Amino acid sequence: MKFVDEYRDAGPVHAVLAEIRKRATRPWVLMEICGGQTHALIRYGLDQLLPEEIELVHGPGCPVCVTPLEQLDKALAIAAHPEVIFTSYGDMLRVPGSGRDLFAVRAAGGDVRVVYSPLDAVRLAQQHPERQVVFFAIGFETTAPANAMSVLQAERLGLRNFSLLVSHVRVPPAIEAILAAEGNRVQGFLAAGHVCAVMGYHEYPSLVERFRVPIVVTGFEPLDLVRGVLAAVRQLEAGRAVAENAYERAVTFEGNRPAQQVIRRVFEDCDRAWRGIGMIPMSGWRLREAYAAFDAERRFDVGAIRPQESELCIAGEVLQGRRRPPDCPAFGGACTPEHPLGATMVSSEGACAAYFNYRREAVVEVGSEPR
Amino acid sequence: MCLGVPGQIVEVRERDGLRMATVDFGGTRREVCLAYVPEAGLGDYVVVHVGFAISVVSESEARETQALLEEIAAQELPASSKLAGS
Repeated sequence: MKFVDEYRDAGPVHAVLAEIRKRATRPWVLMEICGGQTHALIRYGLDQLLPEEIELVHGPGCPVCVTPLEQLDKALAIAAHPEVIFTSYGDMLRVPGSGRDLFAVRAAGGDVRVVYSPLDAVRLAQQHPERQVVFFAIGFETTAPANAMSVLQAERLGLRNFSLLVSHVRVPPAIEAILAAEGNRVQGFLAAGHVCAVMGYHEYPSLVERFRVPIVVTGFEPLDLVRGVLAAVRQLEAGRAVAENAYERAVTFEGNRPAQQVIRRVFEDCDRAWRGIGMIPMSGWRLREAYAAFDAERRFDVGAIRPQESELCIAGEVLQGRRRPPDCPAFGGACTPEHPLGATMVSSEGACAAYFNYRREAVVEVGSEPR
Repeated sequence: MCLGVPGQIVEVRERDGLRMATVDFGGTRREVCLAYVPEAGLGDYVVVHVGFAISVVSESEARETQALLEEIAAQELPASSKLAGS
């Protein structure tokens, strides 16, 4: 595939790795924000090919992982209503709430459906005027344009049976919270390439200036990832800190302006509690008052929710890069992708799932086919 | 959710007032909304997330990676091979 294969070619990846080895003279701690990048790093074994000077810690960029338990419990309550068709991205169905997950609601007779795009949920609302269609609008800035457009489309089509349960989170406030936290070890960031495809990276120079850390916009293929690491290492070794773009083919400084306009039209900033991490001020988006008619939290009574987390799970520590999945006593035993205690074991972007899927067996040699 | 890979636009149409496309991802085809990439047309590669194209892949900017490789090519490149996990 064009724009994919050439970025998975081992030759250039090793050339960049060699350059990183040459440049890295001291230990540096980098964080990749995005769970998609965590998965690619572990899957291709790139973390183990980096020189020992470079430590990668995994960031909180897994949307289903940080969706607050309270919102998930609201989803479970709404999905159990007999008149509701509850729609969600597939990853969310196995995420444990307080006691059960969306699959269990479906098994008990709830109409829970996986959709690929929120426009699919809008279409369901068109096809089923007698039912209430609710879409679980979670995610970072990457899913926000789609989720916002579903509201505008429902409005355009005059649909009164479509609503969103919104739980949006934003990356820059999370970076700020990580850097401002006591005992922070992160010295440079690989910024999530596709978040930046939407938002650009004009929000980063002020963070770079305030905390003196390099932030490098990085893509998702092996060559992109090592290139992002090299750019961060070059800056750190030179004592520099700038917001840099190492994913030019998909990201501009300004980002996608039409998408930003629609996000701003539909959503406004709000405080948001991140699962496992806690409240981060102004780190989320919620529906604007003008679109209150599309707010599932107003349409359904979900008042008395008392969330309760597993006592064993260390997902919060993992999401903040303080501990690694194998450090958890439940990892691979009491907690597996089939029976997860925490969301990080479920998602295709969760760090625990990455280690479970790619790190339980002997590491696959570079150059061989995966098992 | 954020694993958008680029696909190629092979057909463009309109549905319910939205500009839609069929996008080919190495043989797998999906319907994708083009509302956020008004500049994109047939043959272009787009990065797609949850059914929406969020970025048009720039052929000229893709050369930046090549430029970096040439810059560090003082050492001989190992023979081309596949990475684990491909």
